[in-house]
Amino acid sequence: MTLTRTLPQAPAARVPAPARRRRRSGIGALFVTPYMLYTLAVFAIPLGYTLWISFHRFYFTAPGAHAPSPWVGLSNYRDVLTDPVVGKSFLNIAIFLVINVPLTVGLSLVLATALNAKLPFRSFFRAAFYLPYITASVALVAVWQFLFGSDGLVNHALGGLAPDPSWLVNTHLAMPSIALFVTWKQLGFFVMLYLGALQNVGNDLYEAASVDGAGAVRKFWSITVPGVRPATTLVAVYAIVTGANLFSEPYLLTGGGGPDNSSTSPVLLMYQKGIEQGHPDFAAALGVVLIVLVLAVTLITRKLTERGD
Amino acid sequence: MSSNVPAASGPRERGARSVRVIRLLVLLAGALAFLFPFYYMVVGSLRKVTEGNLSSAAPGDVTGGNYSAINGAISLGRSLVNSGVVTIGVLLCTLVFGVLAGYALARLEFRGRGGVFGVLLLVQTIPFQLLTLPLYVLVVRDYGLGDSYAGMILPFAINSTAVFLFRQFFLQMPASLFEAARIDGASELRILWQIAIPMARPALLTGTLLTFIGPWNEFLWPFLVTKDASKQPLAVSLAGFLSNLQGTVSNPTGAVMAGACVLAAPAVVLFLLFQRHFTQTHIDSGIKG
Repeated sequence: MTLTRTLPQAPAARVPAPARRRRRSGIGALFVTPYMLYTLAVFAIPLGYTLWISFHRFYFTAPGAHAPSPWVGLSNYRDVLTDPVVGKSFLNIAIFLVINVPLTVGLSLVLATALNAKLPFRSFFRAAFYLPYITASVALVAVWQFLFGSDGLVNHALGGLAPDPSWLVNTHLAMPSIALFVTWKQLGFFVMLYLGALQNVGNDLYEAASVDGAGAVRKFWSITVPGVRPATTLVAVYAIVTGANLFSEPYLLTGGGGPDNSSTSPVLLMYQKGIEQGHPDFAAALGVVLIVLVLAVTLITRKLTERGD
Repeated sequence: MSSNVPAASGPRERGARSVRVIRLLVLLAGALAFLFPFYYMVVGSLRKVTEGNLSSAAPGDVTGGNYSAINGAISLGRSLVNSGVVTIGVLLCTLVFGVLAGYALARLEFRGRGGVFGVLLLVQTIPFQLLTLPLYVLVVRDYGLGDSYAGMILPFAINSTAVFLFRQFFLQMPASLFEAARIDGASELRILWQIAIPMARPALLTGTLLTFIGPWNEFLWPFLVTKDASKQPLAVSLAGFLSNLQGTVSNPTGAVMAGACVLAAPAVVLFLLFQRHFTQTHIDSGIKG
């Protein structure tokens, strides 16, 4: 197989007839053209446009009308960075991360470890865990709003222990409720991710440790946890990206960002400031700040994981 | 089976059994936490009076009235058609243009191929939500595509994760196959259509499934683009009902649950039919992307 694959292919690929190469080259470029046009229209142009808007005073005008957009330098960025609600939204993301990351890592590691064996109903469990991940946020938010509402099942079950004001309208609990919802919705994805990582760890390490007399707990910390580190890094990156993007949850679950902006997220703020209140320049600058942040996080983690390997 | 095991491993066997029981208990607790809200959604959608007290968690008082109530309030059929048109539009674009791009990236040499691949990876790291503001200004204000299917489809048109998946799949096919066809003088389009695509059916299925849940479940973008209720997909019209139309029906919670069931059903059914295709690729793309 390898022989037939490498032998005839190598010369053909290295010294193609010039005319043929041009033909292949043309057709390849042609095949990727629709995709490149799409990325130009949906990523490159909007990216450039948001940068441009962020350095100008920009208004929405009535269709057909034209308003001047004067250059204002960094003034939109100054507005963004000094806005208390922006600060609040970043603080909310910090709360989100503090709850979401450890909970996701802990629960998905436990569930993946439990799943990582020959068991009855294994595919049923896998399906059950994954179901929320593929279901529309709007549908799940509706159920959670009902479950965690003032007169909802959770409060009825808690009886006297139910928080007042209730979960989603409580300044201290609105953001933690969102973090809990997102953890629940995405957990199945991370369980599968850890399950894949666990299967790569290999049984011989565990057997060797057993021979050396290591207990289950010791094995978990010394073999399992380091073995799944790339998956754990991915949880952290996803959590940061998800946090930066939260919209449906604060908008729908906690009714437009919770009491006193207690669950406002940066993207919700972009919508409220940019489109509802008509300050697209402010929203554009906020968008640029977020993109830089997300790219920086992705690059840093990529560097860290490369060094780790 | 255990009777064949030598007596010496007796305690170990017992330990293994208790580990198994603990595993199953943990998994059962997990399954309950994941499935209960779905169960509660279905039960709530079928009750005459949908309330949050403990006894309401058991099925009873069955009625289909909530489904007709939500249908009357947000017109389920029209919303479903809108969701369907947007989703199918995205699927068609991804399957046609995404497969072309994936094939070219895997099997054709052309100038700038490395650059295109770099763009493919970069696009997957920038969350689309962060670009909603400029996209809104461009699509709705400049191109005049507000309240149109084209406007709703555009940002999702070609799913980059699917393109990546197609590329990986075409890359794994034996090169000799393509060489032989090329020597026979077959055009690239013909090779793609008659050789590569028939072999790539599993990848096309996975690509379809992972692309499907994006536009079907999406809320933010169609919410921004559609002001006209008759153009809204189900996720948007249901969210609208959730935030400000509940007063219009007699059992609002039941109606919301009924709408949620209808919105969730297609993705859940597809998932149950093609479970393995969903889990595998999402994980693969997660690790590689």
